[in-house]
Amino acid sequence: MEPFDYAAPKTLNEAIALLVERGDRARVLAGGTDIIVQVREGRRHADLLVDIKRIPEVNILHYDPREGLRLGAAVPCYRIYEDADIARLYPGLIDAVSLIGGIQIQSRASVGGNLCNASPAADTVPALIVHEARCVVMGPAGQRLVPVEEFCVAPGRTVLGRGELLVELRLPPPRPHFGAHYLRFIPRNEMDIAVVGVGAAVALDERRERCVQARIGLAAVAPTPLLVPEAAAALMDGPLTESHFDRAAALAQAAARPISDLRGDAAFRRHLVGVLTKRALRTALQRARET
Amino acid sequence: MNDAQEHGRNGPGLSRRQFLKGSGMVAATTALVGPAAPAAEADAKAPVALGPGPVKIQLTVNGKKMTTAVEPRVTLLDALRNYLDVTGCKRVCDRGTCGACTVLLDGKPIYACTMLALEARGHDIKTAEALAADGRLDAVAAAFVKYDAQQCGFCTPGFVVALRGALDKNPKASPAEIEEALAGNICRCGTYEQMRHAIAELCGKEGKGA
Repeated sequence: MEPFDYAAPKTLNEAIALLVERGDRARVLAGGTDIIVQVREGRRHADLLVDIKRIPEVNILHYDPREGLRLGAAVPCYRIYEDADIARLYPGLIDAVSLIGGIQIQSRASVGGNLCNASPAADTVPALIVHEARCVVMGPAGQRLVPVEEFCVAPGRTVLGRGELLVELRLPPPRPHFGAHYLRFIPRNEMDIAVVGVGAAVALDERRERCVQARIGLAAVAPTPLLVPEAAAALMDGPLTESHFDRAAALAQAAARPISDLRGDAAFRRHLVGVLTKRALRTALQRARET
Repeated sequence: MNDAQEHGRNGPGLSRRQFLKGSGMVAATTALVGPAAPAAEADAKAPVALGPGPVKIQLTVNGKKMTTAVEPRVTLLDALRNYLDVTGCKRVCDRGTCGACTVLLDGKPIYACTMLALEARGHDIKTAEALAADGRLDAVAAAFVKYDAQQCGFCTPGFVVALRGALDKNPKASPAEIEEALAGNICRCGTYEQMRHAIAELCGKEGKGA
């Protein structure tokens, strides 16, 4: 591994000062499950790793019925799924953090890190998209909010500028009669990278028949995770039926721009988008009816 | 055990710049006279970074405080094996996928290969050695012996540590839950069937509070 410096600032301002000083030769270290492997394998370079885990703000995990969920950028997966309230209210997020890696990864890896790594196949990002997450970014010019679907700009690249870091994710409180689900296709049962991942969320009317709001997010079918509003819009007309799911799945397939690689070719990925979108919607609907 | 410190295309050679940085001179200078930080609050200063030369650290390993000096790039796995001679955790994939380096950090199973030694300061680290403290074999390791749940044995320390972590978290875990908790460990000899026998006995025993 190439040599680098290490700093563990205790405040956001200290972290920002380090990131400003070192520019793109500084990398943020949260759970380390991506960055340490990447630096060791020469896929990313760093003169400095900034360990943010001693900063209180990035360790926040707090739900408020009016504000929603505040999820600090360095909170590891296990803290999220071990919280019963969050598990009940944000089922799509829980699906994602429960299937990332194995238990050793979940003990360390954070949702914020998964997002900042900006892999097109990141499991938590479609889940964050369907839960309407916004990213709190802090930098030398102060704070800004970025919708999560706009955070990744290319494989491995984000909107973060020099000196900026992701502080927390804010997920609004779930709407009434809300359900969400994330699932992926992998050829193994565990410890794999999504060939395709799909998240879906639906909110139903009082009678729990019509869809009043929906989100569909896709992973591993484009350079960045995708929000597909036109697929969600196809669910809005009349009481929900399987034919709505067929239309939404077809529109999701049309929005996908997959490549062929060692995990699957483009045609297979497009096929999976259709299958998984319908499955994600069925489970989201079932969960919405149970709330 | 003398693991290679470096592998991959960079090799062990140091450039002149890296040598200067490694000597500590350049690092100290830039840290002290770096540009004033235009952070959100004017009084925020960049704290002094450690490295890239060796940093003295103290780690708590299997209940003992151990002191050494490591460069920031040294992982917890390499610090344990090569600096502290705690060799229960094994280096196999070195990229967070095989589980042979599993240790318990404050009771949570983690991959020691994807954590820096510096990050582990202030945490309680347990390795496979803790499962034979004072010459008494832990029930998990004893069950692996009884059911011959290893062949070459190189993955075994990772498996028994991950399994101990899972049972500590939930002493009433079902065999299926234990198997899920071991998803991050791989045995290339394929001794999973024997492990299942060991797990079945452990789930029975721990459930009764033994």
